[in-house]
This record gives sequence, C-alpha cells and structure tokens, in this order.
Amino acid sequence: MIRPISNERVEKTREEILDIIKSSTLTHEQKVTCLANKADSLLEVLDEVPGLDELLNCPQEDRCICDLSEGHAPLRPRYIAPDYQKLMKEGCKYLNLAPPTDLFEALNTLLIFYKHVPSVTNYPVYLGQLDDLIEPFIDTVDEKTAAKLIKLFLLNVDRTVLDSFAHADIGPKPSKTAHFIFEAEKELEDAVPNLSLKYQEGVSSDEYLKEAVECALVSAKPSFANHNMFSKEFNGEYVIASCYNGLYLGGGAYTLCRLILGNIAKRSSSIEDFKTKQLPYVMDVMAKYMDARIKFEVEESGFFENNFLAREGFISRDKFTAMFGLVGMADAVNMLFEKEGKTGRYGSDEAANQLGVEIMEIIDKFNQSHTNKYCETTDGHFLLHAQVGLAEDIGVTPGTRIPIGEEPEELIDQLNVLSKFHKYFPSGTGDIFPIDLTVHRNPEYVMDIIKGAFAKDIRYMSFYSSNSDVIRVTGYLVKRSEMEKLDAGNNVIQDTTALGLGAAKNGHILERKVR
Amino acid sequence: MLGVVTKIIPFSSVDGPGNRTAIFLQGCNINCKYCHNPETRNSCINCGLCVQVCPQKALSLENGKVSFDASACISCDTCIKTCPHGSTPKTRLMTPEEVMEIVKKQMPFIRGITVSGGECMLQPDFITELFKLAKKENLGTLIDSNGTIDFREYPDLLEVSDGVMLDIKAFFPEDHRRVTDADNNKVLENAQFLGENNKLSEVRAVIVPDLYDVVKNIKAMGEFLVPLYKINPFRIKIIAFRPMGVREEYANLQVPTKQLLEELRGILADMGFEDIVII
Repeated sequence: MIRPISNERVEKTREEILDIIKSSTLTHEQKVTCLANKADSLLEVLDEVPGLDELLNCPQEDRCICDLSEGHAPLRPRYIAPDYQKLMKEGCKYLNLAPPTDLFEALNTLLIFYKHVPSVTNYPVYLGQLDDLIEPFIDTVDEKTAAKLIKLFLLNVDRTVLDSFAHADIGPKPSKTAHFIFEAEKELEDAVPNLSLKYQEGVSSDEYLKEAVECALVSAKPSFANHNMFSKEFNGEYVIASCYNGLYLGGGAYTLCRLILGNIAKRSSSIEDFKTKQLPYVMDVMAKYMDARIKFEVEESGFFENNFLAREGFISRDKFTAMFGLVGMADAVNMLFEKEGKTGRYGSDEAANQLGVEIMEIIDKFNQSHTNKYCETTDGHFLLHAQVGLAEDIGVTPGTRIPIGEEPEELIDQLNVLSKFHKYFPSGTGDIFPIDLTVHRNPEYVMDIIKGAFAKDIRYMSFYSSNSDVIRVTGYLVKRSEMEKLDAGNNVIQDTTALGLGAAKNGHILERKVR
Repeated sequence: MLGVVTKIIPFSSVDGPGNRTAIFLQGCNINCKYCHNPETRNSCINCGLCVQVCPQKALSLENGKVSFDASACISCDTCIKTCPHGSTPKTRLMTPEEVMEIVKKQMPFIRGITVSGGECMLQPDFITELFKLAKKENLGTLIDSNGTIDFREYPDLLEVSDGVMLDIKAFFPEDHRRVTDADNNKVLENAQFLGENNKLSEVRAVIVPDLYDVVKNIKAMGEFLVPLYKINPFRIKIIAFRPMGVREEYANLQVPTKQLLEELRGILADMGFEDIVII
C-alpha cells in the first residue's frame, strides 16, 4: 500500500527534478540516476518504524541514522556479488553468451556482463576475482597480446563503469594476470576499478607483494586485505566489493544503514546515558528500519524472482545479508569525554580508546542479538561495517578512524589503535596511509608494515604516494586532476569524483599525515 | 652500560632494507661539510646557553647539568641552532635494555634495527649489547658507519651484526679530507675487510659536485669495489646532497642534477654493479 504524501513535498521534488535536468555539471548518466532517485523518493511503502522519522528525516546536525541514499522503495539489493566463475564455465542464457574459449572472449564476456549487474550506484560494485577468472585463458595468446588485452580491458572498465565503487579482487596466489594488471595500472593511473589484493603470508610470495606495493605507490591500488581473517569469517567464500566490504560470493548486501555516533553522543547526557539508553534506542530503530527495507526487497520488489542474475543462479537470495554501519566513533568518544570534563582524545588517549572499544562491544552484542530471517547466511544477523562517510558529511569521522589532523605522531601508535577495532567489521573497515616518496626505493618498508599489521588483526590497508594523481578518498579512488576539473565547473565522467571533491572540502582528505 | 642516544626513529624507511627502528647515537669523529644533523657531532658541555633561549622552558640547569623535558618540547630546534658546540641538549643516557624496550614496541612491524649517528662506532660496546638483545628477538641488525673506526678490532660486534652500511665519502684521500677533515685509509681498509667477510651490506656515496670531482671519484671507487662485489654483492647508494639541516655556511653547495646522478649510475652499472639506488 502506498501511503499519501503532502502536496508540498511533491512540489519540492518537482523543482528538484527540474534542477537536475538543467544541471550544467551532471553528466547524462548522472542525471538519469538522480532522476530515478527522485522518483522513488515520492513513495512511502516500507513498513513504518516508530521513532525513525525523528532520527532520520531531520536536520543534518541532529541525524542519528542515515540510509545512504538507498531510496524509499529499494528495487534491488544495495551490493551484488555475482559468481562470475559460473559465467566463465557455463555462459549466460539471458545474455546469450557461450562460455569463453580464449582471452579475447573471456574479457569481452566480462565486459558485457558488467553492463547488466545493478547496485545502488547502477554500476557493478563487484567485478570478480580477476586472476581466477582470467588466468585459465591467459596462455591462449602470446604475452604481449595478453598484456595489451588486459590493459584495454581495464581502460574499458574505467571509461564505462562510471563509479569507482566498482571493485575487483586478486590474490592470494600470484598470477600472470595480476602481473599484467599491475603493469597496466602503473601506466593508466585510473580510478576504476578499485582493486584489492587478498594477502596471505606463505601463499602470497614476497615478489608478488612487492610488485603490488610498487603498483600501489604509483596508482593507489591495490589495497591489501587480510585473507586469513576474511576467510575464517566467510568460510573462504568472500569477496571484497565497493569500498572494502567483505560479502559472500554469489550474494551481497540488501542494505547498508549507518549510525551517526557523534550525533547520538550529542543527545546523550553522559557516557552512561549513551551506553544504556541513547545508543541502544537508536540501534533498535535502525535495525527495524533495515528489517523493513529487507522485507520490501525480498517480498515485494520482485528482484529475486525476476532478475536474470537470480534466475540463472549467478546470485542466490540466501547468500545475502545486510550491513549494520557506523560512522563517527572518534566524534562520539571525544564529545562524551568533553561532557564529562575529561581531556583525552580518541586515538591518542588510552582511556578514550578504551571507551571506543566498550562502545564497539555494545554494538556487537546488540547485532548478535538481533535476527532477520533473510540473513540466514550470517546466522540471521547483520554484519558490522565501518562506513567511510559521505561527501556532505561535515565533522563526521569515518568509521572508527582517528580524525585527520589528529593521527598519532608515530605510525606504530596509530596501528595499535586500529588493531583494537578492525576485528569487529567483517563487512568492512580500512585505513589509508599516504606514503612519502622516498619509500619508492624501499617498497619493503610498506611490505613489513602490511605483514605486521595482518599479524595484529588489522583487516584492510591502503597506501598511496603523497604526490600521485590517483588517491584514495575514503574507500574509493579519484584523480586529483578530475576533482580540479569538476571544481572549475566542468563535467567529469565518474560520479565518485563529486564525492571526492566533497570529501576534500569537508573531510580534509588531502591533509592526512604522510608516513 | 649506558649509551648516549640522540634519538630513536620508530619506523624508518631510509636506514636499510624494509621497515627498521633507527637508533642515532651522539658524537662524531669527523666533520662532513654537508652533515644533515650537525648537532649530533659533539657531546654537550652543559654551558646552559640553550636553556636561556628555549621558548617552551623545556630545558633547565640542574646541578650544573642541562636537563631536557621531552613532553614540553615542540621540536622548534632553537636549542640546536643556538648551540655553539655542534651538540644538542636532547640526548638521553640509556641502557641497551631501555633502547630495546622501545624497539620491542615496534614489533611485528619492523624487520630489524639500524644504529646510526653521529658515528655510532664511537660506542661499540653499547651497540654490541644492543644487538645481542635484538638477535634474541630475531631482529636484523645493521650498522651505519663512516668507516673511520677499525672493524677488525670488534669481532664480537660483527658476530651479532648482519652488516655494515659504509660511507665512502670520497675515494681520493685529499678529497675525503676536504669533505670531512679526515683521512680515508681506514675507510677503505674497512671496506676491504667487511667485503671479504660478508659484512658489507651497502656502500654510500654522497654526491657534492662543489667539493670534489664526482665522476673521477665514483669511477675510482667502483674499480676498488668490483673485486669485493664479486665475493659478496652489496647495494650501492648514490645520495644526492640536499641542503636540509645543513649548517648555514655550507647550505649553498650545489645540488647535483638528475642527469649527473644517472651518469654515475651508468658508470657503476657498466662495471657490473646491479643494485644501485639513487636517493
């Protein structure tokens, strides 16, 4: 049943629609996406959740829950991670594609398929485990041709998948495919795809890791994922999608909503009030809201009955879960400390960090007690996610990160803080380190840090050189040169560039401490 | 046992391979014109001049000795700029165990430690004890030295050292004297000895075209090193002079061009050296 809305809201939306149509900076594709969002914003069909309105649809500075522009009537899951291996082995009936037999066909098959994988961005957020997918075909052509084909494939992805939340995976085993990807990315320096190397000591060789680090110091990719940690949590069947999100292969995430911890602290009178009343209340409302979204997707939208991905078994409904996100741990801890007249800051003060851990324990315990029948793949629970923030976030620190500008002087102290928090987030968290140029002559420096970090339960790390064009904003990549173009009022091809520009202005991402 | 420690850098990417904790020891026996940290050369004589100028009041005179409060320091370096003796009031007397405690805090993120200076070989017993502790933790141990102290006299130290990163600041004695006020016969003997005993892990040359004939020196150095390289290969680092931290009277020395640095690399590569790094 569609609930009525006010005429005033309809009129306001009509004005916004016209603004989108007339916009001089949005590209055609970006306009279409925005228009679709405006269309479903007029619907009110999700089960009503008491108390939600006050926490979600309120001025930004009071907002405690955010649904990350998923819309009012989700027509597909937020993140979808198709089993591309099935495509390579069996082809696709809907797209009338036979299984590929050589490298030309393999890459062409993938590129065609990507066009048909939806997500919240309308582009695929998972592009597959590229080494496993491509390696069987890599020797069907000579090396020079293989290198060129892979470079053209990556170029194609960057220019047609217009959103850098599109994420490809490689590792932990070295491969020729990965080698060609590194070689190509060092030359291309493009933002898409996002790339993760699943690192596992003993399986990922030092030569492989070194080549990856050298590539990252030029092109800000790959990032490094702790394979042992993710494997254990997902029985070996995980993908890294979107920013850095661990999800089941052949499944994905119905939805991602986030707690804005700083604003929850704002409405709390004390640490005690935050822990025992305000936070539990907001978590309860958010979980119910997520339940309502999931219910609509599964029971009403028809996606899982009708979309070819589900019909042909590239995805399966029972491998989906939902992501219970949070931002602003640092903001909450600092505000609660101020309210109680304590001086310590999150990131540098032991007691402040300890409060952060206690808050995580409360959130984790809540999540473990909440169940949703459509999340059977994760034992009926959601997965926690340290969300990286939105372009329009002001004064909101991503996930459990230490605010930019307050990073401890020594990297070791920052790493020790991270190792307390990363373990809570199977569906993703990560930290980003700009690295000084001199490290180019010593990639082993970064390798040692990665190995040490993964031994200490750090989940996911990204590095980029402090002077490269491609940089990691929060969980995705943008080109500085593209941000400058956009800032000067020009169209830019990827929609994430606008997010990056917002984050540069509001989130100070260009001011991270260089290591 | 106590060492005079100038500073400890927890994570260093420039003091040997991988990530290492670098420990700088106070005091030096030569006088390189391009020294980047000239305050590490001499011991503090407790004259107290720095105490008067410290804007943070982080320094005080206690019983005739300069005392330093690290928590109040903002690293403005006013004390170092004021010191007329090429020293710093910020050194600490530490036992090898105390240094090792700080090193352990960096594990498992580091692969080893490097002692540097000043000239760290002025405190060989301290390094020996520190390295023994490091070896117990399975950490790598490297010495960064100007080569003027005879390594043959310290077999116990070499036993617990993975290797020495040796400066050859100039090959010809008169050039070395001009750069450092010291002879280099010991340096070359050390290179020979360490190379033959598989303890030479890196040779460094700082390139300052204004101070000596760079091409002529590198050529001669390369020819001298080739036989050693054939016994045990090592890295050669070509370090471009940069004015950062250098004393005012020498800060105007010319920075070598990229072209010149590449020419030097070519000279060494032609002789068969494979691992050449320009910094």
